[in-house]
Amino acid sequence: MSERIEIGIDQKVEGRDVIITRVDAAIDWMRKNSIWPMPMGLACCGIELMAAGASRFDIARFGAEVMRFSPRQSDLMIVAGTCVYKMAGVVKRVWDQMAEPKWCMAMGACASTGGMYRSYAVVQGVDQFMPVDVYISGCPPRPEAVLEGLMAIQRQIQQEPALKNMKREQRAASYAQPRGPIIIRGDYAPKVTAQ
Amino acid sequence: MTLQEVTEQLHARFTDAVSAPVEFRGELTVTVHREKIVEVCSFLKTECTFAMLVDLSGVDNYGDDPRYEVVYELCSLTNRSHLRLKVRVPEDDLIVDSVTGVWRTADWHEREAFDMFGIRFRNHPNLKRILMWEGYPYHPLRKDFPLAGLPAELPATAVDAGQVATAPMLGGPFVTAPGARTAANREPRQTDTAGERQDKKGAS
Repeated sequence: MSERIEIGIDQKVEGRDVIITRVDAAIDWMRKNSIWPMPMGLACCGIELMAAGASRFDIARFGAEVMRFSPRQSDLMIVAGTCVYKMAGVVKRVWDQMAEPKWCMAMGACASTGGMYRSYAVVQGVDQFMPVDVYISGCPPRPEAVLEGLMAIQRQIQQEPALKNMKREQRAASYAQPRGPIIIRGDYAPKVTAQ
Repeated sequence: MTLQEVTEQLHARFTDAVSAPVEFRGELTVTVHREKIVEVCSFLKTECTFAMLVDLSGVDNYGDDPRYEVVYELCSLTNRSHLRLKVRVPEDDLIVDSVTGVWRTADWHEREAFDMFGIRFRNHPNLKRILMWEGYPYHPLRKDFPLAGLPAELPATAVDAGQVATAPMLGGPFVTAPGARTAANREPRQTDTAGERQDKKGAS
């Protein structure tokens, strides 16, 4: 069996309810639509993250409403807030406990760069000690920016060679590599339209 | 009992161990000898209705002698009055008697003063760091400690989370030149490079 199964792509066989696709595409599709977040709410960004989960913004539209407080069950760590050195070990431990495959979102200025806290106590970006897939700017970012970040991760997941990664012996090592940052800018203020 | 009477009683009882009260913007401050602080505090609590310790903090008067101060903010709910006590502590003997026996709330405040300034409190029930972690080698609110921090080891409980590094001071509100003519000069945006940080990132 080859690494990828290359038969027709996304075509429906006429007259029958059969969809033919690649295994990678199917796995990625399932993964990206059921991202269970680990809400690592460390500061005020956590409040904005709650807003993203609540009814107005409704992160459930993207299949990511199942906030898991157990790292064993979560796929996406959202580091929302200022990470101090004392907390860094805890964040890292929770991240290490999450099962592969896993992704990480640095939400807001503090988690991305340390933000306005250029000080002895604050880690200058969580990427100092763990890999980050998406950085979201803003202080705090609006929930729309969080959703855009989530969609960026979904687009990234759709590109992944899932089967190959599964087969790879040292797949943990492959996930630990930074996959190039995606930076979401926080200009998602809702447009006010005249009635 | 007015504040006036309180300070008079204090002086009658402790004479040369307390200074004359200094008034600033309607608030009275009394400087107390280091050896007498617990006696003065328990007297104020039991005899003068100062049942509440609002705050206790350390101060670093860098360059002065004695260098450190411990400040006690007292409140009397009965008389609706406020009194501030100060104890001056020299750098070479950085220890004060704990007032946890008088007000239990002093416990964490004294731990904070110990953590941030290194002021030790005699007879404190549990004098260990409260904000920074055990084993952190510095006292970060001292004036001679740089805002950006100094390299240090993380606590043993931190699994592979790297090291404490000095924060990059990239201008903005962190590096200021008061008195400069334009805003751009007063708060320069970029005063150092982020090169060191890039190296660190590559290692993770």
